[in-house]
Amino acid sequence: MQYDNKKSQTTTMLEQILKKIRSFGIPRIIIILFLLSLWISAAFLSIPFPALLSDTFVRLGMNTVLTLSMLPSILVGTSLFFGLPLGIICGLLGGVMSIELNLKGLTAFFAAIGFSIPLAILVGYGYGLLLNRVKGSEMTVGTYVGFAFVSLMSFGWVTLPFKNPEMAWAIGKGIRVTVSLEGRFSNVLNKLWAFELYGIKIPTGALVFLGVMCLIMGLFLRTRTGLAMQECGMNPKFAKASGIDVDRMRILGTIISTILGAIGILTYAQGFGFLQLYEAPMYMGFIAAAAILIGGATLKTAKISHVIIGTFLFQGILVVALPVANTVATLGSLAEISRIIVSNGIILYALAQKGGNE
Amino acid sequence: MTQVRRFLTNNAVSILFVVIGVLGLRVSGLSLPFFLEDIVNRLARNSFMVLSLIIPVLAGLGLNFAIVLGAMAGQAAIIVVTHWKIPGLGGILLSILLAFPLAVVLGILTGRLLNRARGKEMITTLILGFFSNGIYQLVFLLLVGSVIPMKNDVLVLSSGVGLRTSIDLTGGLKNGLDDLLRIPFPVCAAVTGIVLLGVYLTRFFRRRSVRLGKMVGIGLLALFLIGWGLFQVYTRSMFNFVRVPVGTFLIVLGLCVFITFFTRTKLGQDMRTVGQDRHIAEVAGIDSDRIRIIAMVMSTVLASIGQIVFLQNLGTFSTYGSHEQAGMFAIAALLIGGASVAKATIGQALLGTLLFHTMFIVSPLAGRTLFGDAQLGEFFRAFVAYGIIGLSLALHSWKKQMQAREEARRSV
Amino acid sequence: MERNGRSVLEMKNISKEFYGNKVLKGINLSVQEGEIHGIVGENGAGKSTLMNILFGMSVIHSTGGFEGSIEFLGKPVRISSPFDAMALGIGMVHQEFMLIPGYSVTENIKLNREITKDNFFSKILGPGLRTLDWDSMGQDAKRALSKLEMDIDEWARIAGLPVGHMQFVEIARELDKQNLKLLVFDEPTAVLTESEADRLLSTLRKLAETGISILFITHRLHEIMEVCDRITVLRDGVQVATKSKSETTIEELARLMVGHSIESVGKRKVNLSERKTILKVRDLRVLMPGETVQKVDLDIKEGEIFGIGGLAGQGKIGIANGIMGLYDSSGSVEFDDKLLPLNNPREVLKRGLAFLSEDRRGVGLLLDMSVEMNIVAPAIEIHRKFLKDMGVFSVLDRSQIRAFAQDMIQKLDIRCLGPDQPVKRLSGGNQQKVCIAKALALEPKLLFVSEPTRGIDIGAKKRVLDTLVELNQKNGMTIVLTSSELAELRSICDRIAIISEGRVMGILDPDAEDAQFGLLMAGEYAVR
Repeated sequence: MQYDNKKSQTTTMLEQILKKIRSFGIPRIIIILFLLSLWISAAFLSIPFPALLSDTFVRLGMNTVLTLSMLPSILVGTSLFFGLPLGIICGLLGGVMSIELNLKGLTAFFAAIGFSIPLAILVGYGYGLLLNRVKGSEMTVGTYVGFAFVSLMSFGWVTLPFKNPEMAWAIGKGIRVTVSLEGRFSNVLNKLWAFELYGIKIPTGALVFLGVMCLIMGLFLRTRTGLAMQECGMNPKFAKASGIDVDRMRILGTIISTILGAIGILTYAQGFGFLQLYEAPMYMGFIAAAAILIGGATLKTAKISHVIIGTFLFQGILVVALPVANTVATLGSLAEISRIIVSNGIILYALAQKGGNE
Repeated sequence: MTQVRRFLTNNAVSILFVVIGVLGLRVSGLSLPFFLEDIVNRLARNSFMVLSLIIPVLAGLGLNFAIVLGAMAGQAAIIVVTHWKIPGLGGILLSILLAFPLAVVLGILTGRLLNRARGKEMITTLILGFFSNGIYQLVFLLLVGSVIPMKNDVLVLSSGVGLRTSIDLTGGLKNGLDDLLRIPFPVCAAVTGIVLLGVYLTRFFRRRSVRLGKMVGIGLLALFLIGWGLFQVYTRSMFNFVRVPVGTFLIVLGLCVFITFFTRTKLGQDMRTVGQDRHIAEVAGIDSDRIRIIAMVMSTVLASIGQIVFLQNLGTFSTYGSHEQAGMFAIAALLIGGASVAKATIGQALLGTLLFHTMFIVSPLAGRTLFGDAQLGEFFRAFVAYGIIGLSLALHSWKKQMQAREEARRSV
Repeated sequence: MERNGRSVLEMKNISKEFYGNKVLKGINLSVQEGEIHGIVGENGAGKSTLMNILFGMSVIHSTGGFEGSIEFLGKPVRISSPFDAMALGIGMVHQEFMLIPGYSVTENIKLNREITKDNFFSKILGPGLRTLDWDSMGQDAKRALSKLEMDIDEWARIAGLPVGHMQFVEIARELDKQNLKLLVFDEPTAVLTESEADRLLSTLRKLAETGISILFITHRLHEIMEVCDRITVLRDGVQVATKSKSETTIEELARLMVGHSIESVGKRKVNLSERKTILKVRDLRVLMPGETVQKVDLDIKEGEIFGIGGLAGQGKIGIANGIMGLYDSSGSVEFDDKLLPLNNPREVLKRGLAFLSEDRRGVGLLLDMSVEMNIVAPAIEIHRKFLKDMGVFSVLDRSQIRAFAQDMIQKLDIRCLGPDQPVKRLSGGNQQKVCIAKALALEPKLLFVSEPTRGIDIGAKKRVLDTLVELNQKNGMTIVLTSSELAELRSICDRIAIISEGRVMGILDPDAEDAQFGLLMAGEYAVR
């Protein structure tokens, strides 16, 4: 005790502040400053601020569940969930089935989720088995398994026997590249209980939905199984010595991530108004990964707060970058370019950090 | 019998693709000379790039997805040279020269990043490829014309900022290397046969230790090439219209010779040692970080040349897309040739390029014949490229796990 | 001092401190030309620190260097890196092989000392591109191997060679270095079969005859007596003795090596014969790399503190790890008269066994988690304790966890800022107490404790041991204590088994003679 006291006295206030900043993460500070500067320039360019915030909230509602899908994967020790396209495809299949059955409104949305979950469990189980065989290379293998699955499913979109003319090409076989959700479940959550506050539109339904998802996840992490899963990620040897079947937990974590990916793409689609098939899911894993890392997660640790903060910051930048860029000059692709640079930059930063402990 | 089985299991991937290629070729209904024309061109185009992947594998860095950076350096140089309107071989040499310093710098940066991200090299090079693509777009889409002054109605968009999405090299660098010397395929085959025969005969007389069976095989192959070539020339068949870009192939050959030479040098040996076991290398006094950076620099520089060779053959390129898939396709080709994360040879690289492009040519045609839809063939192509990379990464990692377990058991 | 040869190495008055902990105290070591000098000592006696100083390893320099001086061939030298040592002509044959399995024998012998010749490119682009001269390299390798009278194909790949040959390739590599004067062997016979070991010993003698001096580190006393001219015994960082072979015996060396003054904690004597056997181990084999158990039979009595001792790498650590299911094991284990399933950690914990791992930070703790969660995690998993029923599912009961953790913190005197402090911020001793609390939460009947005082300062050491004794005496808990520190075992155990080469060499009373412990540890003979 005395020893500890002496030690803490020697560290000055300044050192402690510096340490705080460091632990907060330099890239996070850069991103917050970047967002602030975008906001300030938006104000100078008299871009309506409430509209920007409204947009940010809509995007938050759309993207948070996708980001949340990274959490179980990181916690159980399989690192960033680059197999996200697998879950997304399960979600898309659920969405397509729900349209095929001619469902509408919230029913269509929840039916889509209902259809996709068993698929996600199946796919997640298989993917989990694979990940157990490639410990240490989960991210690389996951990326390419995801890519391969996307191109395999392109096959499926053309050949699966869906009949609804709404989704078919005018000529030729198969489902369209983008399927409109107009009259199906487009904006069902966004419009639910929506209201305006000082000109800011609040998509209450979507925010409540993501709140519920986060709450369920939070509760799960406090159960015996949730705790066991986290032990596997923090220290597999400790978990084994405590009688936990590490491989089984890793499969469970992968399944939950896959399910969240499926639900995530459906909440995304309801806000976006379209199901995007074929190659669209390919790079979504990187965006979700970047979001949680921006929120403060590392390759080994993550919290629910990281999910929400990260999605807010990342989507905030994307929302503001477009109008700002458009006003400054007709630089239409700035938003896309900054998405690529920010998302991959933050992943690179995370990869270049040494080890996991401090 | 066991030898046959071992051969089959060790080369399962390549054999599978030979089968797919042959079947696809039959289904597609392509005539042989037509196919040959295409494949010869594609071999000339892509071999150099695939070969540039070998050195990082040697140094234990795995598959270098970051050759995308080298490709970008090459492409940037081509854009500059096209802007200056320097055509032909001179333009190509100049662009190689211009790309060189850029590729060196990018290689050093990549190497240093990889030294920080130990054990996560491949995913890092992969993400680095994506990241640098963003930087590339930033430069050529936004900065050119606005910050970097450039006036060129052909290259720059009408707004005056950013390059057009596709650049035509016709009248510029197009075929600058290929057109140095083009020889009909049969003549080429006959000459290759003669050279092969000559090389192996001198080797046979110098050293007796060469295996007889191998000698006879190579001798027969050489004789066949000579006979077939002369016959085709004599009958003036369609094959005479397939004209081989000899200049490009000589450069590829030069690279093969260089790699072979390099593996026999001190630096090459150090690289292998680092690749085999970094800890032991360091105990023996080899600076492994430095060696790894050198490997990345070499790979990036070679990739920049590879992209220049690639684009002069193609003659036109999509400004923001051509480099993007260069890395992935080259890696898929290398793996199809039977290479793995830990081992890659020149033979595997060349065989892989051949098989990969065969599949590339035949799959849309086969898709159309089989399903009435060329698109399905293209999906298949993409699936194979991604799938083969995923599969061989997974197999490598699994093998490593099994080996570790085996070692633990053996230590008892 | 019988030899009149030139002195090759003089290490004078060497002392070394690690973070205020003296690990070497005034060692004087001298080696003559052509002498084989043996160094013996228990683990932690200071052998490896002494060698690290000799080789200028960075562990030494990054922790403040050492006191004393080194003379080599009569001249004072400063050795600040392994390459300085190499340049002087000091070579080392490592215990774990520094060989690349995919390389040929020649490539390994000439590793980073390849012979090269110039070519066109190397003249322009630098020496890195010189070509390797395989023929000369092969000749050198052959010459080095022939000095050892080994008939190994210099082009064979290492991967296919028997272990013994690998050892000789390592030696050949050192011999190939032109100026070799002094060669250090670190436990070279540990991996060898008996005939290979004999061969190695005769090689040592031949090398010495050619004028090369040899430092021979081993714990096999009969090997020392067979080849060494002089022997230095280290114990707890002190040079206990340096003797010529003719002046000493195996028994004396064993006694010198162990010789602790035992501070008895005044433990009560228990009559073990009346107690029932709670744990019966038969034919236990454990595949734990580096600590393999070959065949162990043990009977542990209810309520005793049973000690397991022995040198590092002999398998004592493997026993508890095997029974707890952490490493593949086979054999039969009965606990409380019921057969215990092997390779099943969960079931073993459920039956009432618990384990404090020797790898505290690696296995024992979740470093980033709080003190309280570390304490309760296994109990939650195994016994479903500390859970609150919410109808369909149950969640962690925070208040119950907090109460239990606070109770433990108080009882075991865990010094922390509070139950929610991450354990990685605690000192080693307090981390160990968290591990003990974790085990107590499982309410075990039998507790395995491995190396409980490793990396803990002296004051905390005693408290940890006191806690163990208290648990044993007050709660009647059976404790199996595995430790490398004999003194520790002798101070609190009722009986001590000594493990060597994966087997029980004998079971001794804590107050048995030093020489007996020493001989058993050196694997010299089994006492019944």
